[in-house]
Amino acid sequence: MLIETVNIVLLALLAVTAIAAVRLHDLFAVAMMFSIYSLLAAAMFVLLDAVDVAFTEAAVGVGISTVLMLGTIGLVGRHEQPSTRRSLLPLAVVIATGAALIYGTLDMPFFGDPTAPVHQHVAPFYITGSPSQTGVPNVVTSILASYRGYDTLGELAVIFTAGVGVLALLGLRRRKRPGKEETTK
Amino acid sequence: MIDNPVLRIVAKIIIPMILLFALYVQFHGDFGPGGGFQAGVIFAAGFILYGLVFGTEALRSAVPPGALRLLTAFGLLLFAGVGAVTMLAGSDYLAYNVLSQDPVAGQHLGILIVEFGVGVTVSAVMITIFLAFAGRNDP
Repeated sequence: MLIETVNIVLLALLAVTAIAAVRLHDLFAVAMMFSIYSLLAAAMFVLLDAVDVAFTEAAVGVGISTVLMLGTIGLVGRHEQPSTRRSLLPLAVVIATGAALIYGTLDMPFFGDPTAPVHQHVAPFYITGSPSQTGVPNVVTSILASYRGYDTLGELAVIFTAGVGVLALLGLRRRKRPGKEETTK
Repeated sequence: MIDNPVLRIVAKIIIPMILLFALYVQFHGDFGPGGGFQAGVIFAAGFILYGLVFGTEALRSAVPPGALRLLTAFGLLLFAGVGAVTMLAGSDYLAYNVLSQDPVAGQHLGILIVEFGVGVTVSAVMITIFLAFAGRNDP
C-alpha cells in the first residue's frame, strides 16, 4: 500500500514537471525542470530495485547534463523564441503515436510476471551462473562487463565518439580570432 | 563566483570526498551498485565542480587538454586491448577466462580492468565536453 502511494505521488510529480518544462519559456527554468525530472526518475528506478540505473540517472541526468545545458544556455541566451505557429498537427501525431504505444503495451506480460518470456531464457542463466562463473556478486556488473562485454565496448565507443565529435566541432582551446567571439554573447 | 568564500571552502572540502566516492564506486562495483560508467561520471563531476567554482582556466591547468585527449583514447584502447590479449592467449575476443590460471579469477580480473577502462574514458569525455562548452565564454 505504501509503495503504491509513493509510486502514484512520484508519477504525478513526473507529469507535473514535464508539463511545467513544456509550458515554461525561460530556458534556465526548463533546465532546472529537466534536472528535477531526472531526480524523480532516479527515485522511481530505486523503487523498481534498479539501483545501478538509478545511480546513472542521478549522476548523468541530474548532474552532468544539467551543467551542460546551463553551459549551452550561457552560449545561446536564456529565452526561447516565442512560436506563433499553430501546433495542432504535431499534437495529433504525438497523440496517435502515444495511443499506438499504449495499445502495444497491452500485449506485454504484466509487470513482474514470473512467467514472462524474459524470465525464462537468459535471465535465470545469468543469475544462477554469475557467482560460480565470474565470482562477481553484483550480477549487473558481471552481465555488463563479461556476458555482454561486446555491448559495453560498443557503448564506450559511442561515448568516445561523442567526445571526439565535441573536440572536433568546438575544440578545447579558444580560437585566437579577435572580435569574433565577443559578439556571440 | 570565485570571490565567494562559502562556495570556495565548501568546494574544497567536498571535492576530495567526491573523488574518493568515485574511486569507491569504481572498484566496489562488483560487490555493490555502481561500475565504470557511474564512477567515471562522479569523478568528472568533482572536476566540473572545481571548474564551476574556480573557473575553467584553473581546471585547464589542473587537467591539461593533452592529458584529456590521451585518457579518452586510453580507456577505450584498454577495453579493446583486453580483448586482443584474450585472443592472443588462444581464446575468443573478451573471453576473460584465460587471463588467469583459474577461470573465475580470470573473469574477475578482466571485469576489473574493463570497468577501469570504461571509467577513464567516461570521465575524460565528460570533462572534455564541459571544458569545450564552458570554456568558450571565457573573456
